[in-house]
Amino acid sequence: MEILVCVKRVPDPAENEIAVEGGGIRRDDLVYAVNEWDNYAVEEALRIVEREGGSVTVATVGGPEADETLRREMAMGAEKALLLSDPAFADADGLGVARILAAAVRKGAYDLVLTGAMADDGAAQVGGMLAELLDWPFASLVNRVEGAGPLRIGREIEGGAQEVSDIDLPCVLSVQTGINEPRYVGLRGIRKVASAEIPVLDAAALGVEPAAPRVRRLAYFVPETGPGAELLEGGIPEVAARLAGILKAKGGIK
Amino acid sequence: MDQVFVFVPGADDSAAELSAAAAALFPGAAPTALVAGHGEALAAAARDAARAFPQVWSFDAPDLAHPDAERLRPLLAKVLPAGACLLLPHGTLAMDLAPGLSVRLGAAYAPDVVGAEGADGSWLRLVRQEFGGQVHARVACDAAQGAVITVRSGAFVPAPAGPGGTVVDRSADIPAVQPRRRFREVVAAPAGDVDIAREEVLVSVGRGIGDQENIALAEELAEAMGAALSCSRPIVDAKWLDKGRQVGTSGQTVRPKVYLALGISGSFQHLGGIKGSPFLVAVNKNPKAPIFQAASVGVVADLLELLPELTDAVRKVK
Repeated sequence: MEILVCVKRVPDPAENEIAVEGGGIRRDDLVYAVNEWDNYAVEEALRIVEREGGSVTVATVGGPEADETLRREMAMGAEKALLLSDPAFADADGLGVARILAAAVRKGAYDLVLTGAMADDGAAQVGGMLAELLDWPFASLVNRVEGAGPLRIGREIEGGAQEVSDIDLPCVLSVQTGINEPRYVGLRGIRKVASAEIPVLDAAALGVEPAAPRVRRLAYFVPETGPGAELLEGGIPEVAARLAGILKAKGGIK
Repeated sequence: MDQVFVFVPGADDSAAELSAAAAALFPGAAPTALVAGHGEALAAAARDAARAFPQVWSFDAPDLAHPDAERLRPLLAKVLPAGACLLLPHGTLAMDLAPGLSVRLGAAYAPDVVGAEGADGSWLRLVRQEFGGQVHARVACDAAQGAVITVRSGAFVPAPAGPGGTVVDRSADIPAVQPRRRFREVVAAPAGDVDIAREEVLVSVGRGIGDQENIALAEELAEAMGAALSCSRPIVDAKWLDKGRQVGTSGQTVRPKVYLALGISGSFQHLGGIKGSPFLVAVNKNPKAPIFQAASVGVVADLLELLPELTDAVRKVK
């Protein structure tokens, strides 16, 4: 099975406190990583190929710095990578990104496209848009993939339940965290792919005409918040004793 | 932008919230509600929608008994007029249905909206949250060719019930679909050894617990308190605790009297699973964690230092 996995370089939520300055995100000291959901998507693709044969290609829309994201996923085991990069892509909204990815998918012969269920903007939109542009079936929040086509898939729905369906190939699936345990990437793996050739495709190579975005971010801001919690201050033993007293008073100790 | 529609997925709280969201986004519009399903569940959804909207279009078919994006996408694309704006609640159905629908309609897509701040001509000014809720973004969305907007549950205060609308059966308009994704079944969450939904006191651990072996510290505290142990999503993803212990919109909905959140940052998905305004105590080493806004009492501390001391202190006051 030929699988394309769409990945994204994002500020690492575990390493950063996102700060707002003049309506924008302060970017200078941010630590970047692969979007957490995308690692699960790459892992699932590798498992499908281990089971069914084929190969995994990772693709990203981004600047030259996204090269490091692709290499990290290649170190995980992806055979090929595509960097979809052009200054004209800078303003792309979700649909713009989906159009760029759709052009890359059409240039290959893929049976399956995986994305992470969402990324830093929480929009969870690119996978569904990409499927529609390709006229392929789609499923979001996928937490189980079996078979070789049609695939038997599970989707996470409310209350911890799973919706089970069969889906024809080719299709697009957006992958939810927890579907697997992404494999560890060691230094050796990173070194191995350090000199791998990664093709860079620009707007002309992809045949994409960037369209004016219909959704635009005007400004970031930090919302005004209420008074928040009463914070207990002091040394650990003192705080622990006060907290135990409060828990008991509120019926939290039986 | 006078063609405003609202998709009501079922008989729950969503109709009144969507009515409020529609009024905030499109003041003066008379939105039409759409309901799809089969049998008594559909009738209940239609009744619910008619309390919030003057007009309801109802689509009844056995294939729609389970909400299925593969069938709803062509249905909505067929019945919505060109340039219409559609609101729907941002849940797992919308994540499946709405992005592709917006492409099919040629409409703009604004997902998971938490606020409305008016309009400049055809550009709607909306508020979203990014980076897991750490910051808000003011977003402009061009609705000149229509828009699909999903609305965060709980973000708009439900509108009071109206005088009662009329329900129109539009089942004849349901298109024939050869689905390329075929629904099989819903598998319920595996029942855990503890039903956290029934517990009065929960000690809940999140990513901040750091390591699997540290969970024992929280277990000990829970035992001393006579509480049950629950957790947030990353703990289940890491397979440190069972899915049945997960609190949140993608896990269990809980109604405890006292909820102790240990190393949980407080994403809206997590807090969305806690109902009934329990007494919320948060312990986190990051003083800016959103959980402190929701909590009554907070402690900024390293869990590994605090937990053994707290367990001792609980044993003493027992």
